[in-house]
Amino acid sequence: MTPRSISEAFERRRAVGQAALIPYVTAGHPRPDGTADILGALAAAGADVVELGIPFSDPLADGPTIQRSSFEALRGGTTVHKVLDALRAFRADSDVPVVLFSYLNPLVRYGMEAFLADAVRSGAQGLLVTDLPVGSDPGLEEEIAHSRLDLIRLVAPTTDPERVERIAAASSGFLYYISRTGVTGARASLRDSLAEEVRALRRVTEVPVAVGFGISTPDQAAAVAAVADGVVVGSALVQTLEERGTDAGATFVQALRKGMDRG
Amino acid sequence: MTEETTLQGRFGRFGGRYVPETLMHALDELEAAYAAAQTDRGFTAELDELLADFVGRPSPLQKAKRLGEAVGHPSVYLKREDLNHTGAHKINNTLGQVLLARRMGKSRIIAETGAGQHGVATATACALFDLECVVYMGREDIERQALNVYRMELLGAEVRPVESGTRTLKDATNEAIRDWVTNVESTHYIIGSVVGPAPFPRMVRDFQTVIGREARAQILQAEGRLPAAVVACVGGGSNAMGIFHAFVPDSEVELIGVEAAGEGIATGHHSASLAAGDPGVLHGSLSYLLQDADGQVAPAHSVSAGLDYPGVGPEHAFLKDTGRASYTSVTDTEALDAFHRLARLEGIIPALESAHAVAYVLRDGGDFRARGPVVICLSGRGDKDVAHVARVEGRGRLI
Repeated sequence: MTPRSISEAFERRRAVGQAALIPYVTAGHPRPDGTADILGALAAAGADVVELGIPFSDPLADGPTIQRSSFEALRGGTTVHKVLDALRAFRADSDVPVVLFSYLNPLVRYGMEAFLADAVRSGAQGLLVTDLPVGSDPGLEEEIAHSRLDLIRLVAPTTDPERVERIAAASSGFLYYISRTGVTGARASLRDSLAEEVRALRRVTEVPVAVGFGISTPDQAAAVAAVADGVVVGSALVQTLEERGTDAGATFVQALRKGMDRG
Repeated sequence: MTEETTLQGRFGRFGGRYVPETLMHALDELEAAYAAAQTDRGFTAELDELLADFVGRPSPLQKAKRLGEAVGHPSVYLKREDLNHTGAHKINNTLGQVLLARRMGKSRIIAETGAGQHGVATATACALFDLECVVYMGREDIERQALNVYRMELLGAEVRPVESGTRTLKDATNEAIRDWVTNVESTHYIIGSVVGPAPFPRMVRDFQTVIGREARAQILQAEGRLPAAVVACVGGGSNAMGIFHAFVPDSEVELIGVEAAGEGIATGHHSASLAAGDPGVLHGSLSYLLQDADGQVAPAHSVSAGLDYPGVGPEHAFLKDTGRASYTSVTDTEALDAFHRLARLEGIIPALESAHAVAYVLRDGGDFRARGPVVICLSGRGDKDVAHVARVEGRGRLI
């Protein structure tokens, strides 16, 4: 199917006063061949955009849950090619946009030019590279920016204000605000200052602001949805898929959606 | 040509700052604090005093007569970093970084360690300045280096075992970076080698250049000439960069880095990133990296925990590509043999890491006979390795 663009996915929610829900899954986890089905189930459960993680041997920005999912996916033989195959299978009958989420090395090894072309051909709409912050490699960043993929950038609570403006100027699709310092993983509470931090970001960017890291319950999703344009949920979903399977993962996403709409 | 390109902390195309966004502020802050410290006479005076009175510098450059006879070379020298307080070159860097952390107002220090030498050196500097210290160490290395674990604990550090991935130095580094991302506002991360995101590779090298500055003056004093070759082992490569740097402008001096060939490069069980790796990104910088066809980092192997690392400092990648330094390797067996031979020939039990540099000279040192003196960086002493070597060689568990 012809996929929707990321900005269109946000706009559909914004038009009715809602925030977008963005679940993250690690490709090849919990089963090497189950990823296309999981993506389909998440889309049917109300995901507006899906983040699909390419597993890496050294996920140094990730907490225990996503680390474990990455190691298991690699043990199951997941490669970049297989991730793109799963995306292509999903794309055959869904128009929900997909952001590929990766560390830099597997992409450089694949060849950035070839990767960008193959990712577009497989039906990806965006790319987020955890360890490619703004200004770290102008050549590679330009190559991605000139592709048809949106380049999703991260902003952290520690990011200096001048740098936030640079990041905003170099972003498309959405801006991903990391709700706290630290690695990925479920947390009991969110920062009190989150609403003010998101407002500050909105002042410098036109693109939607999504918030992630540590969001694990419908109540937390609702609280974030009240202040941001999008809510990213990763580790809690990865753990649900691992322990209770695809249907339970879809039910969890539905519960997050309900929480956000109620809030 | 042999000088680094300062743009974005790169050495040619290598290096850089490939890190999660959360760390960018801390790296900017560190770079600024380091730049300020470099021009502050108070900082350099305090560090020099510590290096003299606490570490015992300058370390001697010793003529190794019987080692020289064994290889048929009249002037082989050992730069005795093993005589430093804590038993290795690592203390040169940790004292510098702890002074810097104090200037930045950081109250908590973290570090990764492989063989445990950097962990001990960090714990030592933290004890001296009453700073909280957490050291990440792979489970496998904790088994191999039990003595150093206890030393760190005696010095007041907390040693956190790392159970993920290969359970060695690579994963200890991942875990230290995760800690830093989480506690970045209160914590300084003391990287132990010339690896990681800018400014670490240059800063760690700078703190280690005292080795080469001393060695260059000492060999001129002893021989009235520069050496034909300077030889050092390379894991991440801090002792090698430390001794090489002062000789880089002396184009007649051959700089030779010795990597760990483990069970042999052809077996795939080795740590020779420069010999057998390809450019890639790990732990924040672009350098040579052991990796598979899909860009996943390949497990390294060496009998020496300190060399058991799939990456290498970006400045070594640059020196290799420009041809200013050359890199070779020796196997576990050759290193173990050198460990014994240096003990018998010179009365010095070397660290297994440093034994790699000695092994190279035992093998090829005679080639330099007609060309001039050879200087080996004896980066550390082998007390920490005695129990491990006994076990590897079938003597059972000593402790």
